[in-house]
Amino acid sequence: MRNIFLFIRRYSNLLFFLLLQGFCIYLIVHYNSYHNAVFSSTSNQLTGKVNEQYNKVEDYFHLKRTNDSLVKANEKLLNLLKKDFLVPDTITNVKFDTVLVDSVKQYRRYNYMEATVVSNSVSTQSNYIVLGRGEAQQLKKGMGVVDINNAVVGIITDVSSDYAVVMSLLHKDSHIDGKLLKGGETGTLSWDGAEPNIITINRISKSAKVAKGDTIITSGNSTTFPKGMLIGYVTEVVPEKSSNNFLIRFKTAADFYSLQYVYVIDNRQQEAINQLLDKAKQQNK
Amino acid sequence: MSTLVKNIIRFILLMLVQVFVLDKIHLHKMVTPYLYFIFILWLPFNMNRSLQLLIAFALGFTLDSFRHNPGFHAAACVLIAYVRPFMINLLIPQEGADGNYEEPSIKSMGGFLPYFIFVTVLTVIHHGWLFLLEAWQFGNIWYFLAKTLLSTAISLLLIIITELLFVRKQKFRTNTV
Repeated sequence: MRNIFLFIRRYSNLLFFLLLQGFCIYLIVHYNSYHNAVFSSTSNQLTGKVNEQYNKVEDYFHLKRTNDSLVKANEKLLNLLKKDFLVPDTITNVKFDTVLVDSVKQYRRYNYMEATVVSNSVSTQSNYIVLGRGEAQQLKKGMGVVDINNAVVGIITDVSSDYAVVMSLLHKDSHIDGKLLKGGETGTLSWDGAEPNIITINRISKSAKVAKGDTIITSGNSTTFPKGMLIGYVTEVVPEKSSNNFLIRFKTAADFYSLQYVYVIDNRQQEAINQLLDKAKQQNK
Repeated sequence: MSTLVKNIIRFILLMLVQVFVLDKIHLHKMVTPYLYFIFILWLPFNMNRSLQLLIAFALGFTLDSFRHNPGFHAAACVLIAYVRPFMINLLIPQEGADGNYEEPSIKSMGGFLPYFIFVTVLTVIHHGWLFLLEAWQFGNIWYFLAKTLLSTAISLLLIIITELLFVRKQKFRTNTV
């Protein structure tokens, strides 16, 4: 017993070092499954406050660019107005015989909410974006985030009362489904950690016809993003030697260097869909 | 100014510089400039070693909180805080010379070369361990090596500039009174 105490006393520094190092590695490995840990939300709140102060100054330097992209977004919306289109033939109007549902009442599926970007990084291998809007302002975990021009940015992974943390596409654990606009083949996005704004999409078979410049959109298979939101444009197509798949590199449509404002997408039906899924899972047990 | 107050100010300033200046710089796809860990290099000689480890952990953890993935910088900081006393013992010119000055600097380490070796080795260890932990899942050894070396070069440049800009005046203390 005495020897044990002597040992501990002699190597106390080493033991303390190993303890701290072990704790760090525990944090690294387990962070993903411990989003709800108390320190995470309190430290979010604290760092969010500091970041917000800094952001108040930084915003001024981006005003011109923000303005330009808003004008562009407006242009796009104006072009979608009904009065821009002529109806060619009134005979082709579709009429319903019997009305099963109230056709006047429309059911809203997606709701967009604006949010400011409080802090943003692109230089590490797991990048997060912090939004200055949180649980108190209707943000929830699992909502999708797009930039001003409707290009995918990421998914909310953590919310505190006034701030939300978004796992951006530039994160090694971020796996969103993507789809080729032309052929319709779906694959999974992943980031290799090397170059910001360049992402790969795998599991697209070699039978697909892909060319440089093709558009990649969201698949709509998940409840997070509506179908057909812009993700990026193909820059490089590499046939994988060992499999029957292409490795496709593409440039993201969202510019991760200059995010100032984003929209958060709330899927009103998410809860209902998840309930159904849970039910199906329980029945299979 | 007392050592405690000086170090608290240093902690806050270095953290602000790291988070709001250096993290905003994207030099190339693989280079990240780091300066914050100079705080650990500049801790006083005669500080309790367990306390050094704890302070290093706090420093790393603060940066991790800003970057939203806890553990990485804390691990690297704790490692260099543990290695630091060994390096000082190896490089200090004579036995007990670390009692003459308060903290490591060019003057107290007895010349530019020992101090530079001290800084270089700890920078390489910090960056190496940090990028190794980050690159766990990628497994590309050349990318990892290149990233470590390039980032080390940039960090060393920053540290030298810092040393030239902010001269730390230190009194010579004798313990023979």
